[in-house]
Amino acid sequence: MDLSTTYLGLKLKNPLVPSSSPLTRSLDSLRRMEDAGASAVVLYSLFEEQITLESEMLNHYLTQGIESFPEALSYFPEAEEYHTGPEGYLEHIQRAKKALDIPVIGSLNGVSTGGWVNYARKIQEAGADALELNVYYLPTDMNLSSAEVEQIYLDILKDVKAAVTIPVTMKLSPYFSAMANMAKRLSDAGANGLVLFNRFYQPDLDPQNLEIVPHLVLSNSNELRLPLRWIAILYGRVAADLALTTGIHQVEDVVKAVMAGASITMIASELLQNGIERVGDLLTGLEQWLTEYEYESLEQMKGSLSQINCAEPAAFERANYMRVLSSYSR
Amino acid sequence: MTEKIMTLDGNEACARVAHKVNEVIAIYPITPSSPMGEWADQYSAEGKTNIWGSIPLVVEMQAEGGAAGAVHGALQAGALTTTFTASQGLLLMVPNMHKIAGELTSTVFHIAARSVAAQALSIFGDHSDVMAARGTGFAQLFANSIQEITDFALISSAATMETRVPFLHIFDGFRSSHEINKVELLDDSVIRAMINDELVRSHRERGLSPDHPFIRGTAQNPDVFFQARESANPYYLAAPQIVQKVMDKFAELTGRQYNLFDYVGAPDAERVIVIMGSGAETAHETVEYLAAQGEKVGLVKVRLYRPFAVEAFLKALPPTVKAIGVLDRTKEPGASGEPLYQDVITAVAEGVADETAPFAIMPKIIGGRYGLSSKEFTPAMIKAVLDELANDKPKNHFTVGINDDVTHTSLDYDKEFNIEPDDVVRAVFYGLGSDGTVGANKNSIKIIGEDTDNYAQGYFVYDSKKAGSVTVSHLRFGPRPIRSTYLVHSANFVAVHQFSFLERYDVLRLAAPGAIFLLNSPYAPDEVWDHLPRAMQETIIAKKLKFYVLDGYEVAKNTGMGRRINTIMQTGFFALSGVLPTDDAIAAIKYAIKKTYGKRGEAVVNMNNAAVDNALDHLHKVTVPVTATSDFERMSIVPEYAPEFIQSVTARMIEGLGDELPVSALPVDGTYPSGTTKWEKRNIAVEIPVWDPDICIQCGKCSLVCPHGVIREKIFDSAALEKAPETFKSTEARFKEFKGMQFSLQVAPEDCTGCGLCVEVCPVKNKTQPKFKAINMEPQLPLRDQEKENWDFFLNLPSVDRTGLPLNQVKYNQLLDPLFEFSGACAGCGETPYLKLLSQLFGDRTIVANATGCSSIYGGNLPTTPWTVNEEGRGPAWSNSLFEDNAEFGLGMRVALDQRLEAATNVMRHMSSAIGEELCEAILYADQLTEADIQAQRGRVAELKHRLQEMIADGEMESTWKPDLENLLSMADIFVKKDVWIVGGDGWAYDIGYGGLDHVLASGRNVNVLVLDTEVYSNTGGQMSKATPRAAVAKFAAAGKPMAKKDLGMLAVSYGNIYVARVAFGANDAQTVRAFLEAEAYDGPSLIIAYSHCIAHGYDLTLGLEQQKAAVDSAYWPLFRYNPDMVAQNKNPFQLDSRTPKLPLEKYMYREGRFRMLTQSHPERAAKLLELAQEDVKTRWENYVEMAAKSPNGNGKTG
Repeated sequence: MDLSTTYLGLKLKNPLVPSSSPLTRSLDSLRRMEDAGASAVVLYSLFEEQITLESEMLNHYLTQGIESFPEALSYFPEAEEYHTGPEGYLEHIQRAKKALDIPVIGSLNGVSTGGWVNYARKIQEAGADALELNVYYLPTDMNLSSAEVEQIYLDILKDVKAAVTIPVTMKLSPYFSAMANMAKRLSDAGANGLVLFNRFYQPDLDPQNLEIVPHLVLSNSNELRLPLRWIAILYGRVAADLALTTGIHQVEDVVKAVMAGASITMIASELLQNGIERVGDLLTGLEQWLTEYEYESLEQMKGSLSQINCAEPAAFERANYMRVLSSYSR
Repeated sequence: MTEKIMTLDGNEACARVAHKVNEVIAIYPITPSSPMGEWADQYSAEGKTNIWGSIPLVVEMQAEGGAAGAVHGALQAGALTTTFTASQGLLLMVPNMHKIAGELTSTVFHIAARSVAAQALSIFGDHSDVMAARGTGFAQLFANSIQEITDFALISSAATMETRVPFLHIFDGFRSSHEINKVELLDDSVIRAMINDELVRSHRERGLSPDHPFIRGTAQNPDVFFQARESANPYYLAAPQIVQKVMDKFAELTGRQYNLFDYVGAPDAERVIVIMGSGAETAHETVEYLAAQGEKVGLVKVRLYRPFAVEAFLKALPPTVKAIGVLDRTKEPGASGEPLYQDVITAVAEGVADETAPFAIMPKIIGGRYGLSSKEFTPAMIKAVLDELANDKPKNHFTVGINDDVTHTSLDYDKEFNIEPDDVVRAVFYGLGSDGTVGANKNSIKIIGEDTDNYAQGYFVYDSKKAGSVTVSHLRFGPRPIRSTYLVHSANFVAVHQFSFLERYDVLRLAAPGAIFLLNSPYAPDEVWDHLPRAMQETIIAKKLKFYVLDGYEVAKNTGMGRRINTIMQTGFFALSGVLPTDDAIAAIKYAIKKTYGKRGEAVVNMNNAAVDNALDHLHKVTVPVTATSDFERMSIVPEYAPEFIQSVTARMIEGLGDELPVSALPVDGTYPSGTTKWEKRNIAVEIPVWDPDICIQCGKCSLVCPHGVIREKIFDSAALEKAPETFKSTEARFKEFKGMQFSLQVAPEDCTGCGLCVEVCPVKNKTQPKFKAINMEPQLPLRDQEKENWDFFLNLPSVDRTGLPLNQVKYNQLLDPLFEFSGACAGCGETPYLKLLSQLFGDRTIVANATGCSSIYGGNLPTTPWTVNEEGRGPAWSNSLFEDNAEFGLGMRVALDQRLEAATNVMRHMSSAIGEELCEAILYADQLTEADIQAQRGRVAELKHRLQEMIADGEMESTWKPDLENLLSMADIFVKKDVWIVGGDGWAYDIGYGGLDHVLASGRNVNVLVLDTEVYSNTGGQMSKATPRAAVAKFAAAGKPMAKKDLGMLAVSYGNIYVARVAFGANDAQTVRAFLEAEAYDGPSLIIAYSHCIAHGYDLTLGLEQQKAAVDSAYWPLFRYNPDMVAQNKNPFQLDSRTPKLPLEKYMYREGRFRMLTQSHPERAAKLLELAQEDVKTRWENYVEMAAKSPNGNGKTG
């Protein structure tokens, strides 16, 4: 069965791509992903903010208490060098490229314009086949309008595109008031791909201790619906390739994503929960599914249930609770 | 030969050379020599090689005695070997030094000479240590300046090879070891040319080898020992000439000529000073100054003090000399004169007698002491000595630099005498340790010293506090080499980096007329004048100072610098001082920023650069009014009602005027009153805790964790509130025993350091706004006056009755008065809460033996000390002996008390019928297990003393009984239980004092040992100890400690009859309290190992308690108690107090800089060590679980 697909101009042997997650920190895990059949891999994100923070922290603890007391003018030896910059990440790309035959996609979360451009260039130089811009941005500023927020995305994309030659894909949140328009503008601005959607870590409240607590909840198949809808709506209407992330756990999830129009499906929670080898299971399952339903290739079903191709385009636009219920009862 | 110019301090100058010419370096930290070992270790860690291309092997030992042993061994095995030490460290090396010299072994020990502890410890410089080692047979070569340290480190290394006599290369602790000056470094080719490889090979061949075996180190009998001792004479006789030859060769290579004795001054001088060490530099410039004015004065600098070359010395003296003043930087009580004086007397007397002296008539020779413990030594003092020499009968055995109003040894000197030329820029900077002032000044010296033709000198004075410490930087820049080895006394630039200093110090005391005064001011140039104390305004007007302000903290806030204003104020200095054109200076500062911070990341560099760019915009000139207008003065140092000693002595020290105290003001034997920190109101907290009585549950946790004893609780009758200040807070007591009474929690506003641990530990949150707890930080300044009043009122409330309280509960024991308060420990210190708890529980009956280290410094460093007394005047009696002997010191106390009890018991038994059988029996058989028991016993003893006094007064007893009665009266207090607590850090307990600790624990005596385990030598700057955990970066473990931490607790447990506990108050305060109570109650030795978070762990200490929890939750620090008394109850003595680990080790480790740093410097090694460390933890946990599960066995107390 031909499971191949194309994403960001990269010819991939199948649509299963492990997404940016802690699993991609280890070379061993990356090898296991490739061995299990993954067609490409997106590395964990390089966070500019973290680099800045690491650097400031290092400076803080090297500086704390020094030159204050005559017997202890410092508290730590000075090392010849510290890996406070992106070096570790860039080395990881290089090692991954060396160890793997499948494409390696870098991921970047910047803060400053200089940071986005500078680190994007470095990621390219380190050998990444493509770059995913992980614009993890929560617009909490009361004085920042949606138009300004959208412009931030566009500016970042344009700056990075101008700095690198490798394909660039944008990982987006679903929180745009005009998602379709935003997708189109990004695509028009040169995004080679759109990754839908980023899952923000949602903090939880601890009512006993009156605290806000970080709470990582892994995705499940139910969460597939949101990206599924938007990929189906965007498919065929934007030039950028579409990648579906969030909610891929079962073979059927992959099938649905491709039918909606995704070039690839990204997977993380499933691998964290049930192991990297699940990639192989899903591939086998996908092949069986295609065979069972007599498809010739994956390509054949791509976008078949997108808004432009499906029998009932309005179904994707229904938002009313009553209608959903009636649709359910029917 | 081109030589590189560099500005550096004496320690670095020395270490650079020592590392080049040695193969093995055995080290142990001791101030002020520790940085030499640290440099050497760093050079080797960086792969720097010696001149033979190999990397010297640096090994940290457990003590200086161990380092000397390792040196001796390495030398015997033929390696070129060195060490660095000072003070007691050198004294611990003395036995080995006799051996090394007796075996004619080439080596150089580099010494940053420091006072040996006598009536007190002092970390500062004098020659008492090296003078105590002058009988060892080591040659002694004194370097007087940083350039000379560089040069003599090499000259001594070359000379020892040829003479075979081992050398002490000596320079003055702090004044030289820590002074930064501009020097010409030695090129490798010079070093290479100075060291003769043939001699190196001979040295190696003299080493032990089974390939050509011999025996060395025999035992000799009376028949030959004497002759053998004399057999080395030719080597000592030849040594001076060889040293001179080496010096001559060095001069050929570098152009710098040294001689065994160097003469400076008028060729026809009649009055000559003889001196060695850094003071010779000041003497040099003074003598030159006076000689230029036609005075017939001269100076002989002693370079090679041992072997003392009489002939060369006599030759160095001018034939015209009529009077010689010999200056010794040491004191030998009871001697007929100090060592150098005696040598000079002998040399001159012999020279005159055998007519080898260049003069026929014996000159007058006087000797005197100067500069003990880095006491200032100035041109004025030298002039005083020279003037004294002009007298017909000059004072002998004088002192200079102090006012000896007891035995009247001191010479008067003219404090106004100043020889500093106008073309030298002299700058003084007042800063806080935490604001980065010193670092910035070190940078400025580098910039000026290395980027311009100017010479530069920097010396830094620190106070002895670890929190809120004040630093004073003394900088000089000028066109000629700077020899002024004394502080700046007349500054043409004064910078005050903290506005709050204005209310505490006379910061313009050193300002010269017309000087520039730069103030870090939160007030604008047109507002600041009104915020200056009146005396300061008057000084500014009278001295016609050019006054500028720079709002450093505003710039720091804008640029993300936080509390560090270093580069900001540095920019202000360059802009105003004109030492460099401003643009050049800014470029140089930025270059220095890149160099210093570049490897820490771009963000740090950018932040500092932004601060520099912003600084100039905030620099403003202040228009000085013609008259003073202020209506307030500086705060008084101590209140008027403070005791006389505090007023007349302590306050002067606090004010920085201790130099002016006369001899008569000071106690003769080092005995000082307890509880003096309460008089030193430091006001260093920006924010202080504020209590919310409405939601407080009165749990006591904030008080328990407060490292500085500033949070107090009292319960009292509501009637006491009648006279309460308006803002005084109290609420109904939530204690079942105190129903209807009032509870108050009060903060000492002027003593708090603002660490915030109290807020962190508070378990109660405001239900409407959970960001507020029952205690919250608020700015100190607006609260200061009101809370001062409240604090004073609070102190006068009655203390709670100790008897009957369940003291095993934190809620209750925190009602007890702490007898350890307001120490100078770091803000948020992890050690002091344990000491405070100890003082609360047992302070009224405790003697503390304190090992040298952090706890002896914040516990016993003048001007003020924290161990205090309760309402009855009882409290911990504290003493510090040494670093290495603390367990033994404490054992000595215990046996003394035990013996006294026995003696008193015998006397009382003997006299019981006369005293009263009932009372005697009650005293002798009293249980003293509870506070109530002890209180009752105190009553009985009071009754006993009363009866004894009456019996003595009555005189009815047989007269032969009177001495017994008086003896018993003097010993009666011993019948009340007395505790001995032996306290120290891990450097003491795990390393240098371990042998003694082991012995004392094994003695079975009733001593309590508290190990404040910070896992490094904190006091000397974070060197690795055997308590340091695997994978942590520490000094001497730059690549992460490869070995696991020693399990000290289990070593003690193995004896079976020692109470052992491992505690962490931040993780489980109840277990900590239980351990303290059980340890004290146990009638035998006890050992508590206490997790102490520390600044050397590399994180914000506000999070110390959370980190303690993580340490316990990850099983890094499993809590346990091993109580041998349990065996008798048929219970397992080993109680594991930790729950099953729930946190991976890395979650604990990587919150701390010491572990994270390794992931940044050596990521792969960090991963490997983490794995091993996790395995350590797992294995240990399993072992503990197994032990805890065992049924009780027979390894209990053996009696």
